[in-house]
Amino acid sequence: MITKSLTELSTSLKAGDFSSVELTQFYLDRIAKYDGELNSFITVTEEQALAGAKAADEQIAAGTAGALTGIPMAHKDLFCTDGVRTSCASKMLGNFIAPYNATVVEKLNAAGMPMLGKTNMDEFAMGSSNENSYYGAVKNPWDLERVPGGSSGGSAVAVAARLAPVATGTDTGGSIRQPASLTGITGIKPTYGRVSRFGMIAYASSLDQGGIFGTSASDCAMVLETMSGFDPKDSTSVERDVPNMSASLNDSIKGLKIGLPKEFFGEGLDSSVAEVVNDAIEEYKKLGAEIVEISLPNTHLAIPSYYVIAPAEASSNLSRFDGVRYGYRCEAPVDLTDMYMRSRGEGFGTEVKRRIMTGTYALSAGYYDAYYLKAQKIRRLISDDFKKAFEKVDVIMGPVAPETAFKLGEKTDDPISMYLADIYTLSLNLAGLTGMSVPAGFSKNNKMPVGLQIIGNYFEEAKLLNVAHQYQQVTDWHKQAPSAYTGGE
Amino acid sequence: MEWETVIGLEIHAQLSTNSKLFSGSSTEYGQEPNTQANIVDLAMPGVLPVLNTEAVRMAAMFGLAIGAPIGRGNVFARKNYFYPDLPQGYQISQFDKPIVELGHMDITLENGETKRIGVTRAHLEQDAGKSLHEDFAGMTGIDLNRSGTPLLEIVSEPDMSSAKEAVAYMKKIHELVQYLGINDGNLAEGSFRCDANVSVRPKGQKELGTRAELKNINSFKFVERAINIEIERQIDIIEDGGAVVQETRLYDPDKNETRSMRSKEEANDYRYFPCPDLLPIEITDEFLTAVKAILPELPAAKFERFMNEYDLSDYDAGVLTASRETADYFESVAKACGEPKLTANWVTGELSSHLNNDSLEITDSPVNAEMLTGLIKRIADKTISGKIAKEVFQALWAGEGSKDESAADKVIESKGLKQITDSGAIEALIDEIMANNEGQVEQYRSGKEKVFGFFVGQVMKASQGKANPAQVNELLKKKLS
Amino acid sequence: MSLSPDEVKSIAFLARLSIQEENIEQYSQDLSNIFGLVEQMNAANVDQIEPMAHPQDAMQRLRDDVVTEENQREKLMSNAPLTEAGLFLVPKVLD
Ligand SMILES: [Mg+2]
Ligand SMILES: [Zn+2]
Repeated sequence: MITKSLTELSTSLKAGDFSSVELTQFYLDRIAKYDGELNSFITVTEEQALAGAKAADEQIAAGTAGALTGIPMAHKDLFCTDGVRTSCASKMLGNFIAPYNATVVEKLNAAGMPMLGKTNMDEFAMGSSNENSYYGAVKNPWDLERVPGGSSGGSAVAVAARLAPVATGTDTGGSIRQPASLTGITGIKPTYGRVSRFGMIAYASSLDQGGIFGTSASDCAMVLETMSGFDPKDSTSVERDVPNMSASLNDSIKGLKIGLPKEFFGEGLDSSVAEVVNDAIEEYKKLGAEIVEISLPNTHLAIPSYYVIAPAEASSNLSRFDGVRYGYRCEAPVDLTDMYMRSRGEGFGTEVKRRIMTGTYALSAGYYDAYYLKAQKIRRLISDDFKKAFEKVDVIMGPVAPETAFKLGEKTDDPISMYLADIYTLSLNLAGLTGMSVPAGFSKNNKMPVGLQIIGNYFEEAKLLNVAHQYQQVTDWHKQAPSAYTGGE
Repeated sequence: MEWETVIGLEIHAQLSTNSKLFSGSSTEYGQEPNTQANIVDLAMPGVLPVLNTEAVRMAAMFGLAIGAPIGRGNVFARKNYFYPDLPQGYQISQFDKPIVELGHMDITLENGETKRIGVTRAHLEQDAGKSLHEDFAGMTGIDLNRSGTPLLEIVSEPDMSSAKEAVAYMKKIHELVQYLGINDGNLAEGSFRCDANVSVRPKGQKELGTRAELKNINSFKFVERAINIEIERQIDIIEDGGAVVQETRLYDPDKNETRSMRSKEEANDYRYFPCPDLLPIEITDEFLTAVKAILPELPAAKFERFMNEYDLSDYDAGVLTASRETADYFESVAKACGEPKLTANWVTGELSSHLNNDSLEITDSPVNAEMLTGLIKRIADKTISGKIAKEVFQALWAGEGSKDESAADKVIESKGLKQITDSGAIEALIDEIMANNEGQVEQYRSGKEKVFGFFVGQVMKASQGKANPAQVNELLKKKLS
Repeated sequence: MSLSPDEVKSIAFLARLSIQEENIEQYSQDLSNIFGLVEQMNAANVDQIEPMAHPQDAMQRLRDDVVTEENQREKLMSNAPLTEAGLFLVPKVLD
């Protein structure tokens, strides 16, 4: 069951080999069996899952089923789900029952995909290791002593350990691509504006974008196509047709121009990661691609500008958590200010507070020009670098992260070292481009998975998925799974 | 020492849209608490704002009406502060790129001169909810029905130098936004409210004094009082050797004093930045052309036209154009009866005083434009005299007749008020009165012309007011000579 | 770049975050390090560059002025810590 692609699952469901209720129960059982130690779910929604599966079976029986009907999935716990706790992995929202569905959830529900549960994450999507969760760290299924990456670590692990066929994630600075890379699965962050942000609890509004994790590019294509599209409830959603992303998977990539930015292969990149990435590039050459050396000269400015823009937006976005209308309120506040200070001080974790304060300071009187405005100007430089590069190449490739999954606790005392882990991913959030991580092998040093990052021009998700799929036709890295959770099945 | 006052106003006018600035909730006033606050208005996690076209159109109308450029790429910004009636923890407002740029408004001073007041800018923003301070066991209740209602904040230059000027300006803006149909003008419900920035300086001094901001005043009377009391307070402080502190103050109408609101001051670093959930608003030529096409005639233009087209005095034209409804009422009657001057007299006279007495708006007048048209036609064709007409009007006001042009005729008919224009009948009355008052006839004939009025009165009395006064005059003169 | 404990306290107040006294020093160090990183931006000359607020070069879409919402007070207030008579309750607001 766990080796089947979504297309195969769909075919089996329609052929009556098994029902959606059986398939969903199968995954619920796996979650019950394995998630105790992995901690990839915050909430398992068994009841909703089985009800959804039952409805899907009825559709299948009635012949009204779509391609995804009956295939269960998981949602990152920052997508609002009507009637279900949506915690953002925070004590602040520990009791928050969302009163509505995010557009993404609405679309995937409408496609007939039962929801298995809500996955763990870094609190309010702030982090790169999934250690910043009020509900405890998520463990990497390849090595329980290591982190799965973040912030969508729960979704990545759920898919990597085959506790869910696919799972949603969000990517603000690498939060889909980095955990996908660290757990050996496929994950795609679409172009900003491709997927509705309505109902996705905001971290940094001009950078956040929802996306999907799967075990292959073709699985991701099926789901991404369904969750994409214009949403009148999101002013930043783009009115643009969504192509059939599965249809172009098999297009030849002969003559594809791949840009390799020299800034992605310099100092700081672990040599065992570089080796895996270089091997993957070799594979692409064999497939007929042409390699072009390019430069993204402002890459070194991505981290400093990101750590102004994202915290600034976050400081404002998280002001609504004030203990008035929902969420945590401190015990016995003596006055209004005390209620604000303690509800927020006690309800948010350390990293969240750190970023709120960073953003508050960056926006405060006298500092705006030096920090926020400057960061926005640098943002344009970075975006222009990509524009120039895409005049010469079709896609850009490089590593996702400078190293493989690090040990739990290794970087928790040093926020800066954690921030540096996103060096190759966050520049494209600043530009708003699409990017993905594709499993490309394992580090010689520690046997941990390594992802290849593929970056595409605006709205070129179908092209990225095609490029990834062609690689997955000639390699089987994406089929490798952590044997502790998949052995014998 | 002689003092000079400098006043600038920030007016918040609620735009008369059906739905909120960024959500599809109703903006209707006076509903049960929190029944008109949806997930967006409550700032639920994950929600996003989508801008209301109508609010943009209304703001653009205002800009065109005050001769201001419209910001072609105006931008929404977040103004960050914590307050329980502000669910997002920030107000979506406009900062460095407002929709309406520099314009102006002319006011008339008491001496009849015109003064031009600069309008620095006007911008779109969300209203906050309401805090209810009635006792909930020592707590405050929050109603978010008003949260997210569109406001146009209209900021003036510090061009006013007295409370009277400030009120004149505020009234002009009030008149204008109602003319444009973008605000309901209801000060009591908070649809139109004002903050006043007040400072004083020694006469002749160039630099401005330290200002105090008087918050949220929602009546013309209170604006005048609050400013005057604040001017006095500031002068007293300076004359006592003290210094005015820059702060926000609240006017208390019961005590007629202003008091410091330091609690709102403690952290006013608003950390404005462009709202990342919203994109710049593009104002295209097509959009502006369409707005211009629906722009109603503005008060100043209407005033000029009334004077020229209807040959009215500037006093009458001023009164009649003070509100769009009054102007429309006047114009519809004047056109239908062809008697603009008579109409002007009736609208500014009898109708106005009746409306005042009963505290009614012209749109709720029991005598509608058709009814007044019918009445004025009868005055013009001499069916009734002006005096009888007042009696007819009173009957119409009380609900007699129908709600159309024939109403006056029906009242005249049923009450038998038709004017006597038969000269034979009038002569008969005169003859009888002269016969009964020979003494007075003698007096008149011996040169005491004042007695003439006595005869007119007697004839009118005898005819129960129905004799045509002009004819009475003419015939009396003939008979007495 | 360094932020003193007093600056940290005033930022924390501006952001309405209570911080334990014993953690102030750590926050002051962390924030100083973060702004040290941030100030690498100073190496770039951006005088002539237009700030980029948004990844898209697009303009705001407008919504028709239509009331689409119905009263859902019960559901929407069910997450509130404290309510009475259809109102959210908070400690007394003093003007
Ligand atoms: Mg203001
Ligand atoms: Zn305002």
